[in-house]
Amino acid sequence: MNPCGEEESVKTPLIQVKNLKKYYPIKGGIITHTTAQVKAVDGVNFSIMEGETLGLVGESGCGKSTIGRALVGLEKPTAGAIFYEGKDLSKLTKGEMGKIRTSLQMVFQDPYSSLNPRKHIFEILSQPMLYHRISTKKTVEKDMVRILDLVGLSRNVLGRYPHEFSGGQRQRIGIAKALSLNPRFLVCDEPVSALDVSIQAQILNLLKSLQKELGLTLLFVGHGLGAVNYVSDRIAVMYLGRIVEIGKAKEIFARPVHPYTQALLDAVPVPDPSWRSRERHFLQGEVGNSVNPPEGCRFHPRCPYGVPMCAQREAELLEVGAESGHYGACPVVLEGRKEQ
Amino acid sequence: MKQKIIDPLEKDMISESYFQTVFRRFRRHRLALASFIVLALLGGAALLAPVLAPFGPDEIVGTFSGAPCKEFLLGTDQIGRDVFSRLLYAMRVSLLVGILATFISTAVGVVLGLAAGYFGGIVDMAVMRFTDMVMSFPYILLVLVAASIFKPGMWSIILILGFVDWPGIARLVRGNVLNLRETNFVKGNLIAGMPLGHILFSEILPNTVAPILVYATSVLALSMLDEAALSFLGMGVRPPTASLGNMLNGAQSLTVLTRQPWLWIPPGLLIVILVMAINFIGDALRDALDPNSRR
Repeated sequence: MNPCGEEESVKTPLIQVKNLKKYYPIKGGIITHTTAQVKAVDGVNFSIMEGETLGLVGESGCGKSTIGRALVGLEKPTAGAIFYEGKDLSKLTKGEMGKIRTSLQMVFQDPYSSLNPRKHIFEILSQPMLYHRISTKKTVEKDMVRILDLVGLSRNVLGRYPHEFSGGQRQRIGIAKALSLNPRFLVCDEPVSALDVSIQAQILNLLKSLQKELGLTLLFVGHGLGAVNYVSDRIAVMYLGRIVEIGKAKEIFARPVHPYTQALLDAVPVPDPSWRSRERHFLQGEVGNSVNPPEGCRFHPRCPYGVPMCAQREAELLEVGAESGHYGACPVVLEGRKEQ
Repeated sequence: MKQKIIDPLEKDMISESYFQTVFRRFRRHRLALASFIVLALLGGAALLAPVLAPFGPDEIVGTFSGAPCKEFLLGTDQIGRDVFSRLLYAMRVSLLVGILATFISTAVGVVLGLAAGYFGGIVDMAVMRFTDMVMSFPYILLVLVAASIFKPGMWSIILILGFVDWPGIARLVRGNVLNLRETNFVKGNLIAGMPLGHILFSEILPNTVAPILVYATSVLALSMLDEAALSFLGMGVRPPTASLGNMLNGAQSLTVLTRQPWLWIPPGLLIVILVMAINFIGDALRDALDPNSRR
């Protein structure tokens, strides 16, 4: 069995995450000490093949952004490992890390805070390129114009300051900054959720076309199923620090296995009145506490199919059909399907 | 698939640089503008003291404690030196002490604040407890003790004031750095693998210059006042070098206070004017540099 959801092939995946955990300590007490831990990410496995886009969905606080930040090195995992081209990132020396560093870049959620307000775009874009010797003083302007062209901006943005741009334009500059270091892997942390709906589509199209053009590998973190589905080849659904379902985007949309995924899909508004009467399941209750996650399957207090067993046994990712690459962490539903 | 978007900023854009915006906003504060002009005039007069002063500062040229007349515009002091000439030189000394002390305390405060805010943990603990210690010490006592240990004089007073005024700036910088450290543009540069020096001095520091500048003006005013107070108490700038504070020294006697106002009114007034002008400018800078202001 292969719970990582990767296709069985000889190729090593570009990114491989094994049993990743990230706990944040809660400090308190008269003498400051760790009183409890927020289990933001609690044992996550997945891998991303070169040139693929993995979408990561889940509600706020489920740990999806933390995974993205851990992949680019902003967070140190509490446990588990991240492999880039088969190399464990935590075991690399500083020198080796320095070389890989630029291959993993990130596009931020809020385009208003991702650009230094005191620098004009020329400085923002050129400084990392010059530092990493990707470009020289002579060629840097030409290189920047080429990248700006990729993201659909003209060269006259270079002399301007970030506050002179709209959200969409800033996000383009943010993407240009990430691309300027010739990355192979890009984490997009909800890159469109801070933008107007009309701009969202533009940015999504841009990301999609860039991925094709440059052969990028993407981790697309988002909470809008529509946006994630639009750009992703595969989708992973997270709930309370765990992946509950992972598989091809089409597969997930057509035959969701996990009751949480089903509820997420049911919650998507459909702009068609005739759908109004469709059968929909809405979730009851609140998201569990990530300090003390529910015993057994983390979803069981809210689950419509829950059986007593769910409170006791941990729900492991199980393959839905042989060789389908579709895994779900709900034994109840999976066993039910087999019986049919 | 490439899409060129039409840049709405391309035409009819009045691109205004940061400094233009700041200057435009600053100009709206009439009081600050007037203060700035006054300060520039006084500063210029202090700089040009050797040219403007009719006599040398330490030259005994007239009668003892002579009242103002045509020759001695502001009279003469107890040993017959021209008060106006001494005033010009005193302003030089006082401004120099204030500016250098502010410079030192700003530098110390910025370095400690940056380190405490960015590195956090033990460094933060150590620096901030030390800051608290300096802050909780009776200020004037500390200065007096220091002034009595070191040889009193202009340079020691500069150093003493410089190493006493930094805690406020250190706290201010630390607070700002704590904020900026978590911003996306700093994170982005970390991901881009930029070196520590670049992150600290090119990304973080420029974004906290405005509050530092505002705070530094109040430190400047304060250290000029402190210099005056110390010199008045005889622990600051040593005579015969004139400073605004030690020129007031004579006002300790009742006869001078009541009978010879030309000896203490001009330096006293000058201190008030300088400190007020600096404070007004600081106020206007606070408004002008405010990044949240959209005007």
